[in-house]
Amino acid sequence: MKTCPDYIVQYMNDYLDGDLEPSKERVLKENLATCQDCQKIYHELNKTIAFVQSASHIEAPKGFVEATMSKLPKQKQRSGAQRWFKQHPLLTAAAIFFVMMSAALFSDFNNDQQFSFTKQPNVIVEGNTVIVPEGEVVTGNIKVKNGNLRVDGELHGDVTVVNGQYMASSGVITGEVEEIDQAFDWLWYSIKDAFKDAASIFSNDGAMIEE
Amino acid sequence: MDALVNKRIAKVIKGDQDAFAEIVELYQHQLYQICYRMLGNKHEAEDIAQEAFMRAYVNIHTFDQKRKFSTWLYRIATNLCIDRIRKKKPDYHLDAEVRGAEGLNMYSSIANDDELPEDELVKMEVQERVQYEISRLPDKYRAAIVLKYIEELPLAEISEILDLPLGTVKTRIHRGREALRKQLSNL
Repeated sequence: MKTCPDYIVQYMNDYLDGDLEPSKERVLKENLATCQDCQKIYHELNKTIAFVQSASHIEAPKGFVEATMSKLPKQKQRSGAQRWFKQHPLLTAAAIFFVMMSAALFSDFNNDQQFSFTKQPNVIVEGNTVIVPEGEVVTGNIKVKNGNLRVDGELHGDVTVVNGQYMASSGVITGEVEEIDQAFDWLWYSIKDAFKDAASIFSNDGAMIEE
Repeated sequence: MDALVNKRIAKVIKGDQDAFAEIVELYQHQLYQICYRMLGNKHEAEDIAQEAFMRAYVNIHTFDQKRKFSTWLYRIATNLCIDRIRKKKPDYHLDAEVRGAEGLNMYSSIANDDELPEDELVKMEVQERVQYEISRLPDKYRAAIVLKYIEELPLAEISEILDLPLGTVKTRIHRGREALRKQLSNL
């Protein structure tokens, strides 16, 4: 049995794809007219295509959309939050600042459990207690952390006691007395302090230069 | 159509999940059909079609809107189908000899559901038979044939979906068509 040349089969395929040059198309047609085997192959190829194309168009099952949607990861809310951050950069920055700031202050409060106090020339220390002795005059503020303060003499300035006690005594204090025990108070105090500092920078601009 | 789809995509990127439902609505039948013809099984087709939509949703920001969305989507689906087909295939060669059983190869030890006997084939409806023969094609020919004759896509688009040069796509269609011709010659 005579087998058809490969290039004829190739021509058939190209022809079916719609890109066979006209000169080759003529060769193919002449061949088909004379060769029964080629005719058979060509006929079968066409039949095959018709069969495949006739495969009825099937549709996705009912409820496919809902089922698909229910499988999607829930990204909506996250992207909503992301959008909010993008739209409010200033608020976001402020929020981040406050979170970091308070975290820093809280950790400051928690980690800093050591006894400390503002150094002034004529105070004495007994254990955890800072004492302004009788007859002495201290000028300036005193801040005591994790310890107590007793004023027997004179103090010209403010007193701040963190995590400790200010012991009332016979001494004279000309400034404010403040006792701070809790983390939140400490935070509030720190913020207030920061604002006070900021305010004093603005209001005492001139004075600072003179110093 | 493309402008409409791109509008939906922009909404999805902004976080509007409902806009994606409209995209699924638009493409569900075509995508399901590709998966069904590739896999020859309704459950798997549904599974993979859903997976394809899910991946499209998750990666929607990587889609280049200057291109055709359907091409991108079909590409995801055909890749998933080919992966699935390859996973189902046992990892050994069928004609490798089974150790200790001289003359026996894996062909003789697998169940007959891979290739049906002649009388079973005759009983099949034409539709069923065509699907059966498509699913017997090697996966690389199968994808090309399905996209060309069932989805009726132009060759250039098929080449983009399969990420293959045009010449390779043509060769695969030729070979797939030739294989199908032989398989269906008794019909």
